[in-house]
This record gives sequence, structure tokens and C-alpha cells, in this order.
Amino acid sequence: MAHRLEGKVAVITGGASGLGEASARLFASEGARVVIADRNTSRGPQVAAEIGDAARFVEADVRSGEDVQGMFAVADEAWGRVDVIYNNAGVGGPEGRVTECSEERYDLISDINIRGVWLGMKYGIPHLERAGGGSIIVTASIAAITGVAGVSAYCASKGAVVAMVQAAAGEWASKNIRINCILPGNIATGQGTRSEEQIDQSREFMASYNPIRRSGEAIDIANAALFLASDASSLITGQKLVVDGGWTSLDDRYVQVMGPQYSQG
Amino acid sequence: MAGLLDGKVAVITGAGSGMGRATAELFAEEGARVLVMDRWAERAEDASASIGEAAVAFTGDVSKGEDVQAMYQAAVDAFGRVNVIYNNAGIGGREDNVRDCPEEVFDEILAINLRGVWLGMKYGIPHLERAGGGSIISTASVAGISGLSGITAYCASKGGVISLTRTVAGEFASSGIRINCICPGAIATRIGDNSPGPGDPDALERRRERNARVHPLGRSGEGSDIAQAALFLASDESSFMTGQAIVVDGGWTAVDQRWFDFTGLDFS
Repeated sequence: MAHRLEGKVAVITGGASGLGEASARLFASEGARVVIADRNTSRGPQVAAEIGDAARFVEADVRSGEDVQGMFAVADEAWGRVDVIYNNAGVGGPEGRVTECSEERYDLISDINIRGVWLGMKYGIPHLERAGGGSIIVTASIAAITGVAGVSAYCASKGAVVAMVQAAAGEWASKNIRINCILPGNIATGQGTRSEEQIDQSREFMASYNPIRRSGEAIDIANAALFLASDASSLITGQKLVVDGGWTSLDDRYVQVMGPQYSQG
Repeated sequence: MAGLLDGKVAVITGAGSGMGRATAELFAEEGARVLVMDRWAERAEDASASIGEAAVAFTGDVSKGEDVQAMYQAAVDAFGRVNVIYNNAGIGGREDNVRDCPEEVFDEILAINLRGVWLGMKYGIPHLERAGGGSIISTASVAGISGLSGITAYCASKGGVISLTRTVAGEFASSGIRINCICPGAIATRIGDNSPGPGDPDALERRRERNARVHPLGRSGEGSDIAQAALFLASDESSFMTGQAIVVDGGWTAVDQRWFDFTGLDFS
């Protein structure tokens, strides 16, 4: 089997850790050259160095239009093109109820998770047009389609990017630019706020609680991103790919209420 | 590089033409051995012959329990086990509006498109359990998520497949069996063409031209587009996905194309 991203250049935000890092490594192993854009200037260059010649690191805060333009310029200067954009950078973590969350916290989440994605499209699309088309992938979340109490700003931000993906897909479909998002479920990553211990606790809980009986791992999302980045998905645009081990499609409370005769096989 | 389905055995219904045939060919290229099932012996055997040693043909009707059971037995006899099931067989075509549609038309569409998928799960899951898990894929449709006038029975059958996918996924998630479906948009296939032989290429071309007009991406879907989505769902690369419907429709259902007519905006 040939490499699925041979000859393509990808820009991945939040590429220094978690889903972005796993995607950068997988994309490179499939023949792509990748720009890792991140605020984290210690881990980012390290990941790029480990990948080798096929990777570059650029410090970028996705809230800044200047930084976002800069990260595409790095790809352009290094390899002359951009074919794939993975707008993955995001923030989450406990907010408290809506009355308890500060305006500053709301604004931070909104700026990174929504404005950051919008800037990634605004300044990335001209590069994709020059390449004759391309694929944009956005990390949304199952928080976009199910109510997660205690993280209302995060839910709102992820709902917003799903809507943005659908609208932008309509604008650029005729230019062969496909725009899709991934809705991860519970994935064992830090999201910038969780310790290794907390991640392990989450893994342990999901091993018995998630319908599929394991936690999601970063590679699960990287594999979905690879599918959307590659030409294998060339008829898919405007879509949400839910990768959640059955979390949102199944209603486990029904079994709890109705009794064990309705339980899994 | 190794194939994505090395060592796996797949059973594919409606595999004598269209999406099913494209999928059988792709799965075989990726290292799987495939049972090619179709209602038409000629189509099944032709597809199987073109794949070669990695394929066996089986003729049967997915709406009949005994045919479905025999199909799985044939796969086990030929290849020893079943790891992937693609419930793809389906029929469609003009139905007329619900008041004027004959009961027989409704019954046949539901029997093949929905009961056939249910039977494929019912009799296939024990084989997947014996293999220690597996992946079931079904062909639903954008008709299951959007109202398409004039084909209400078809829409109902495909909506049923999406619901069936979600619920059965819950029943067997802890057994390592993943169950997902694909919602194709307008694909250039022979659905509705029950004639023998290779089919009319002009009709397929006309269908392609019409299909392209409903997709914002501006081209018709091809069997290979659906085959690629099926490959992703069949492979271990989607091992954290279950209960989902993947929409492969060129932007048809996500983009509100009436908005362009309403506003006069032109982004073409």
C-alpha cells in the first residue's frame, strides 16, 4: 500500500501534544511533511526534531491572525505549498456552572476554540486554493452534540465550530476544498489541564464505563484525521465524524432503568 | 506496506455491482478474503472472478433468513471465519407518493433494505463473536437523514438502518463488535436496474451528470468513494468508532443549497 499523504504538506495547530502530536507523527509516517504550530516552545520543537526532516516547528497562538499567517508562511517557505490544515488547537477544563465561570475564562475558550479555527480557515484557504484544493479538518467535540454540565463555554465553542464547518464547506466545495470536523469522545490526553495521574484515572473509568470498554487514545483521532486528510475521503465535506466509542449514540441509562435483560451481549 | 485488512475475512452483500463490488475489490487489494453475495448469480460470479482466489461468490436473498445463514456458512467453509460484515444490498427506485404507492412496493423495499440488514446482524454476530470481535458496516443513505419526496419507503428503510446501527452497537460494544453505517449521497451505481448483463453505460453516465448537480463538490459519487469509507470502518483504524453514521455525500446534506438561490450568492 502506498503512503496515503505522499507529497502533501500539512499544517497542524496544537501539534506539540495530544491529538495534534499523534496526528503530526502519523501524517509524517504516511508521507506528508508537517508544520507543527503550537504555543508550547519546549515540547513543539522536540516533537518536530523526533519526526525529522519532514517536520518544522513554529510558535503560534491561534488567537493571533499574524501568528496564523506566519505558520502558513513557514509551510510555504519550506515546501512551497499547503494541502492539509488541521485546526486542532483548543482549550477545555472545568468552568463551573455558567454563573460561576468568569468572563475572562469564557473569552479565552471562545478565542482559541472558535476564533482560532476561523483564522485558520481565513488565512489557510488561499494556500489551499493555490494548491488546487485541499482538506481542512477541525477538532470539535461530542460536547457539540450533547450537553456536558459544567463546561458550557466549551460546549458552545464546539457547537460553533461544527456550524462554521458546515457553512464554510458550502463556500469552498466548488474549489475542491473539503472541510470536516472530528468529534472526539473521551480521549486520554492532557488538554493542557490534566495531569498524567488524572489521565490514567480517566482511562480506568472508561475501561468499564464507555460502551466500547476502553478510553479513546490520541491515535484514534489521528487515524480519523488521516482519513479526512487523504483522498480516501474525497467525497466527504461539511461532516462531523464522531469518534467516541459509542458514548453519544447509545443511551446506557435505558438499560439501568429497564433492567439487565436489556444489557449488552 | 501491509494491507489494512490483512488476515481478515469479509462478507459483502449486494457485491455484484456498484458500491458492494467496489468495496469487495478494495478489501481484497487490502489483504482481505471476501465472500461476494448478490441476488444475481451472474453478477456475483463475475465480481468474484475478477478478484480471483481471494473471493468466493454466493447467490441469495438478504431478506431470507436461511439464505443469510447459508451465506455465512459458505464464508466459514471457504475461509474459516468472519471478521467483517458489510450489509450493503439494497433496492430503490420510483415509488410514487405514499397514497399511491402499492403495498407490495413498500414491503419489498423494507424487506431488503431493513429486514435484510437486521438478518445480516442477527446471523452474522455469532460468527464475529467466535472470531473475538469484528466490524459490521451497513449501507444507509442520506435518505435516512433528509426527507426525499417520492421515495418514502426508501427513506423509512434507511432511517431504520441508522437506528438499528445505533441500538445494536450498544448491545455488542462490550464484545468487541463495532457497528457503523455509511450514508452515501448520489452515487453512480445500477440501483433500480434489475436487468441482466453489464448494464447500460449511457444510463450510468446520465446518472453521473444528474448526481453532480446535487453535490456542492460538483461531481457524482462513485462506488470507490463508499468503498474507501467502508475500508476505514472495516479496519482497526476506526477501532474507537461504533454506533455512527458516516455521511459521504459531497456536502449535499450539510450545506443548505437553497440559501444560494435565496440570496443570489455564487461561490462557484
